[in-house]
Amino acid sequence: MTEIQMTVNGKAVRGTVEGRTLLVNFLREDLRLTGTHVGCDTSQCGACTVHVNGVSVKACTMLAAEADGADVRTIEGMAAADGTLSNLQQAFQDHHGLQCGFCTPGMVMTAAALLKENPKPTEAEVRQYLEGNICRCTGYHNIVKAILAASGQDVSAIAAE
Amino acid sequence: MYAFDFEKPSSIAEAVAALKDEDAQALSGGQTLLPTLKQRLASPSKLVSLGGIAEMQGICHNDAGQICIGAATPHARVAAEVAANYPALAALAGGIGDPAVRNRGTIGGSLANNDPSACYPSAALASGAVIVTNARQIAADDYFQGMFATALEEGEIITEVRFPVPQSAAYVKFEQPASRFALVGVFVARFADGVRVAVTGASENGVFRWAEAEAALSANFAADALDGLALPADGMIADLHGSAAYRAHLVGVLTKRAVTNAA
Repeated sequence: MTEIQMTVNGKAVRGTVEGRTLLVNFLREDLRLTGTHVGCDTSQCGACTVHVNGVSVKACTMLAAEADGADVRTIEGMAAADGTLSNLQQAFQDHHGLQCGFCTPGMVMTAAALLKENPKPTEAEVRQYLEGNICRCTGYHNIVKAILAASGQDVSAIAAE
Repeated sequence: MYAFDFEKPSSIAEAVAALKDEDAQALSGGQTLLPTLKQRLASPSKLVSLGGIAEMQGICHNDAGQICIGAATPHARVAAEVAANYPALAALAGGIGDPAVRNRGTIGGSLANNDPSACYPSAALASGAVIVTNARQIAADDYFQGMFATALEEGEIITEVRFPVPQSAAYVKFEQPASRFALVGVFVARFADGVRVAVTGASENGVFRWAEAEAALSANFAADALDGLALPADGMIADLHGSAAYRAHLVGVLTKRAVTNAA
């Protein structure tokens, strides 16, 4: 067993994990932060995407012990303390960027990483960046629209589908 | 995953010592190794993380004009930091997997694994890169020894990869539509003393150089210099994604595209 400590959504946390404990299991089962989802568990679907030291990673394909000392941000850390949604989360709601919602935590975390790197992406750049996030409901259209809207771009010309 | 111990040394020497234990396995970005362990295809007694070794991180240039990439440098960082000096290599790194995978996966991990469909082996072989380990330096031409096979000895760690920078280069891959691995990928690098062409994804023996194409392109660096050249389907990978003949054909098509992009 390994002692680990890290900062999760601004809060210092610690725990004792097995070598094989995945970061996503530490977040969900030890910290009870169940907003981060496990979809495929094979690093294909991106539902488990979180930020580690400022960049997106698939939490199902990183050992918890590898995140020792890291600064981690999950979907629970995206809204303000009073529950006010972030600009990006609000855009997902406004533009109906989700249906069942299972992929949404990963979509939001990946989109946040994109907008940090590229504050005004084109539609093609958004679609490319979502390559590792799979949604089986929406057909992606409104997810892309929400991300473009969150970047401050006019999406009124993009038809709803 | 079967249970294993975990160690995270902070120097190459400590990592080498930790890997002397029986069934110890090095862990770099883990983007291949962790899925492999989840499927219980391997059962190491201990994983030795290479992620805490500062001397294996980052990118610099040496006096010979080579780009030196620390083996534990993730793809995203290579994509961003070599874009100005070796754009074809940056583009290759920026096209591996997806953004989250590129933030974890490393060049050293990719080369140590030598997946027959991985992108990096083609860049290393076409560039004539030098694979630096804790023990020695290995020329790319001697390093790749077949599918998932390399010149690395048990417990030997890649610490750095040194890339000579060609006059011009390009990498073109045809993605397998489900996995997005290269069904076939071709890296063409034009140096003052000749052209090197390395092919990934196609051969049952892993990455290889296409000697006939290199000769033709060294004489005339143009896509039509490859007219009439064809690889035999013999020894090409055949699976439900593409027959051996299809892959052999793709090598020719993609080599032409790479030459056009590099010209």
